[in-house]
Amino acid sequence: MTVALVVVSHSARIAEGAVELAGQMAPDVRLFAAGGTEDGRIGTSFELVLAAFESALDSAAGAGVVVLTDLGSAVMTAEAAVEFCSAPQDVLLADAPLVEGLVAAAVAAQGGAGAAAVKSAAEAVRFNGGGFSSDRGSSDGGSTGVGGAGTSDGGEPGGVPAAPAESGEFVLVNEAGIHARPAARIAGGLAGLDAEVTVNGVDGTSVMELMALAVGQGGTLTVEARGKDAAKAVAYVRGLVEDGFGEK
Amino acid sequence: MRLGVGWAVEWLQLSARKMSEHRVELIELDRAIGDSDHGENMDRGFQAVLEKIAEAAPDTPGAALKLAAMALMSKVGGAAGPLYGTAYLRAATALGTLEDVDAAALAAALEAARDGIVARGKAEPGDKTMVDAWTPAVEAANEAVILGADAVAVLAAAAEAAEVGAVTTDPLVARKGRASYLGERSAGHRDPGAVSTALLLRAAATAAGFPDGEQA
Repeated sequence: MTVALVVVSHSARIAEGAVELAGQMAPDVRLFAAGGTEDGRIGTSFELVLAAFESALDSAAGAGVVVLTDLGSAVMTAEAAVEFCSAPQDVLLADAPLVEGLVAAAVAAQGGAGAAAVKSAAEAVRFNGGGFSSDRGSSDGGSTGVGGAGTSDGGEPGGVPAAPAESGEFVLVNEAGIHARPAARIAGGLAGLDAEVTVNGVDGTSVMELMALAVGQGGTLTVEARGKDAAKAVAYVRGLVEDGFGEK
Repeated sequence: MRLGVGWAVEWLQLSARKMSEHRVELIELDRAIGDSDHGENMDRGFQAVLEKIAEAAPDTPGAALKLAAMALMSKVGGAAGPLYGTAYLRAATALGTLEDVDAAALAAALEAARDGIVARGKAEPGDKTMVDAWTPAVEAANEAVILGADAVAVLAAAAEAAEVGAVTTDPLVARKGRASYLGERSAGHRDPGAVSTALLLRAAATAAGFPDGEQA
């Protein structure tokens, strides 16, 4: 089973909207919205949050649940609900921007990542000036080996770039180039592999960074991968690109 | 003297009355340094507690406090809901299935409640929060136990210390919660969460039979 995700927000519509958005990029991931109070006001409802946790735990069937929250007391409500729920050790709270973190988490879950890796995929999305960046950091990437784990700044240890174990350059043939769905497919697949992968220098498991590349039709993706699944990672991106992400 | 489920239920009922009576006062306090919903939220929360204990008829103090925890968690909202909900839950867990609570068990339950609030809200003494009422209350309760006080005296000591603790929040600059957005301007106002804590602990002592000056 894949990791299930829960959104805890002060607003029912924010929670539902975030779930709708992430669901577009991760069709097989079970997403649960727990927004607003029981009577539809702005706030968080402990009972709704607890119910969402239990539903998510059921659907995850032991794979774990990762929770994204918005403002302060939503975090507190979520923490309290973890304490009350039937399997506190299986529910992880991610400290991440709600929408971007949820999308990153959903894509990682879609790619088969475990709960710890899904959580760190969400937390890798950080506010950075006006935009977002992915800082994989040295966070616990889990056993599924989310790309980039092990270095503190996305660069190489000691500042000396090591030669990639595998690499490839692929020209985009699909008309729309890299947009949300192709970015999600690339990131989702790579998240499940035991390799550190960059695409045009950015983290290959970050939907946001891939989208920000804004490479159009005829543009080139340069994939560099290290690790056990490096060859698989490069082959995976090649396959997607050559297939035009199914959009040809 | 030991306190049973009758005491716990009376404490919660009296708490509901106190939250209702002090609703406007808590709103006014919260208006100065927060978002003026504390009185409203606590009143609503304890009305929900009344409904819960009426329909479920708990058979131990722990069971009564657990019901209260669920109701507060769900109905208070804001930060106070999960904070008080956690406090009552941790206290309920500490009491377990005891039918009668003695002084030591009571002090341990108060300490568990305070620890839950600290774990949830990450506030420390001096941050101008309800922790500034809970922490002296716990210390006073533990001291009373060491001095050989009975359960009623432990509650009375805790209530008095919480009341003093609430007053000591007046000059503090808030470092947690919404009041902290005000920075220095939060000084000169009493923390509403510390006040509600003092009211609730006073209700616990009154329900145990300790004379309440306010009611006289």
